[in-house]
Amino acid sequence: MKEDPSKNLMSVTRRSLLAGIAAIPLLSITGMPLLAADYPTATVNTTGLAVTDDTVKVGILHSVTGTMAISETGSVQAEKLAIEQINAMGGVLGRKIEFIQEDGASDWPTFAEKAKKLLVQDKAAAVFGCWTSASRKAVLPVFEQYNGMLYYPTFYEGLEESPNVIYTGQEATQQILAGIDWVVKEKGAKSFYLLGSDYIWPRTSNKIARKHIEKLGLEVVGEEYYPLGHTQFNSVINKIKLKKPDVIYAIVVGGSNVAFYKQLKAAGIDLAKEKPLLLTISVTEDEILGIGGENMAGAYAMMKYFQSLDNDNNKAFVEAFKKMWGDDIVIGDVTQAAYLGPWLWKAAVEKAGSFDIDKIKAASPGIELTTAPEGYVKIHENHHLWSKARVGHAQLDGQYKVVYETSELMEPDPFPEGYQ
Amino acid sequence: MTSDTQLFKPREWVALAILAAIILIVIPIGVDTFRLNLVGKYLTYAFVAIGLVLCWGLGGILSLGQGIFFGLGGYCMAMFLKLEASTPEATKIQSTPGIPDFMDWNQITELPFWWQPFHSLSFTLVAIVAVPAIFAYIIGAAMFKRRVGGVYFAIITQAVAAILTILIIGQQGYTGGVNGITDLRTLLGWDIRTDDAKTVLYFVNAVLLIACLVAAQFVRVSKFGRLLVAMRDREDRVRFSGYDVANFKIFIFCLAAAFSAIGGAMFTLQVGFMSPSFVGIVPSIEMVIFCAVGGRMSLFGAVYGALLVNFAKTTFSESFPELWLFAMGGLFIAVVMAFPNGLAGVFRDHVEPALLKLAQRLPLWRAGGVPLSSSAK
Repeated sequence: MKEDPSKNLMSVTRRSLLAGIAAIPLLSITGMPLLAADYPTATVNTTGLAVTDDTVKVGILHSVTGTMAISETGSVQAEKLAIEQINAMGGVLGRKIEFIQEDGASDWPTFAEKAKKLLVQDKAAAVFGCWTSASRKAVLPVFEQYNGMLYYPTFYEGLEESPNVIYTGQEATQQILAGIDWVVKEKGAKSFYLLGSDYIWPRTSNKIARKHIEKLGLEVVGEEYYPLGHTQFNSVINKIKLKKPDVIYAIVVGGSNVAFYKQLKAAGIDLAKEKPLLLTISVTEDEILGIGGENMAGAYAMMKYFQSLDNDNNKAFVEAFKKMWGDDIVIGDVTQAAYLGPWLWKAAVEKAGSFDIDKIKAASPGIELTTAPEGYVKIHENHHLWSKARVGHAQLDGQYKVVYETSELMEPDPFPEGYQ
Repeated sequence: MTSDTQLFKPREWVALAILAAIILIVIPIGVDTFRLNLVGKYLTYAFVAIGLVLCWGLGGILSLGQGIFFGLGGYCMAMFLKLEASTPEATKIQSTPGIPDFMDWNQITELPFWWQPFHSLSFTLVAIVAVPAIFAYIIGAAMFKRRVGGVYFAIITQAVAAILTILIIGQQGYTGGVNGITDLRTLLGWDIRTDDAKTVLYFVNAVLLIACLVAAQFVRVSKFGRLLVAMRDREDRVRFSGYDVANFKIFIFCLAAAFSAIGGAMFTLQVGFMSPSFVGIVPSIEMVIFCAVGGRMSLFGAVYGALLVNFAKTTFSESFPELWLFAMGGLFIAVVMAFPNGLAGVFRDHVEPALLKLAQRLPLWRAGGVPLSSSAK
């Protein structure tokens, strides 16, 4: 009896299907490359985007100069790698991706100007970019007005849900809640000291953490903020010594990190002893390069991705990344999230069978990526990703060792009830 | 009427006509709406540069804090627009509908009292000029009455710029913090984000700029303008002649602040948001650079300087996203080394004599009554 091959495929359990696909990393989730001839430009591009019979233009918009360049460079590299790999597989709907790179120069108005240029003048079919919340807020009205598509890689504070943005990083509750539960359960933490840089992301994240801690019936013994770029943390370190919290929950951002962790060590707080334990959501492998592994060792970080993650997708990703950008490179959480952007866009375009922004918007929810270095992700109705939350333990060599991951994917919840 | 009291000398009329033709006719015809909006943004910096020509070029008061006034003007405008955009209907997903979104994120449940007046457009328009001017008056009175000047004044203006930035960033519940005030939509119901609106705003901006230029020229040729130059060169002599030097300085500083504030307000309207990155030390110094490149003694030069530097910035950064800052640095060094008087100096020393020579060969000019050569020299 002859069996219908498609039926046969369906009968395979989803788990083994996923495992099978994961074993061939970076293969398109829809299988064989699609031919441009099957998708005439006139039908896949009805709104005048920069799509020709054999190319499609996209934008990369990050800071490669200024204070944010150190953080955003990894994202640029990841996006270029993804684009190169997609092109090597035959592109998107048979069209090679060409990218136009613009520099946001760590300056929010410049981001808005360049975003407009990419959409209005270059007619970019998608833009991969932005890093800080401020830059995203600056470009958001531009993307909504000119109907563009932005793939935003950074973990962020939530409180936003735009049809024109796919948020490939974690929103605050995904990043924080599981980690706090873990530290309470595994380490018996009872009191927390919250501190952070003074802007919307640390403040909102701390608000969510505080509500969660208080719901668990535990205590927040202090909460403080310092301006971006602040380098004198001695007074807060003294207060921490005085109050003796079980956990320092730190969201210090950018260059301030270097001063903070060095001063902690100088003040005799050895993170490896975990008295107090340090929990952060703002230090990825990229930041440890600046802080120094010896100053950071023993701290815990809550993220969804660490370079040391042990799975086949990630091995292939790390190898390809190092091949393209050099062996000394480290890969942080946001870099991985940036890498997802072009792949998610490709999947959406292929699902929609069109480059039209409105069709991509409609097609995006439900898209899965089994080849993601972090494992498996899926786009939620609210344009954020379902993903696992993980806790990493900082090692002397500047890498994190994964000590905990949630068994289920965390649902993204940008407007969390009861946490506002 | 002698040439000394004329508002513009004939050749300056020509310069004004050329500038007006460029920004009102040539640029709008030559570029698309997107680029026109960019030029509009550049021109908002020209307001600051004109103010700096008066205060620094003429009065010898180097302010490294013009971003303060640009920012204050811009923030006043942004507060009005933000309130208009934050109707209870538009913000119903917030815990407290009807207040700006960033206040809601920071657990503020009521509009602060000092935001209330910005519901009114007429109040806002007055505030755009008055708030920065009063602030400049306070700084000016505190400094100039005590005869603080020169480098010390420059340093203090920088410090004030830094303080104001920290204040804005620190009080994010009231100011939007480092994000600034974003997502501005309409002005009295008129959508400022459309292409038509951008074009209209460009022309409003250009006309205002020319009006400011004429006003600045009026100050420059007045008796007051000559006193300023005298003060710059020999402050003691002016003081001994019985003039109150401090008041003159305060006035010109306030005037420069008011010009900057108008630029800031137009910036907010055209770009659609305001953030502390225009208030701090770096943008303030950049604004001095616009003025220096154009030529700090020349009002026209200031406008061209602002245009040129910003145009270069955009072009370089689009062509070489990773190296453009070096190109900008190179441009500044080249200008300062080769042309200490900026573009205006190059024009006066090289281009103008050549033009005059050319003009004198033409019989029309020789016969005509237009006195092309400068009568002042």
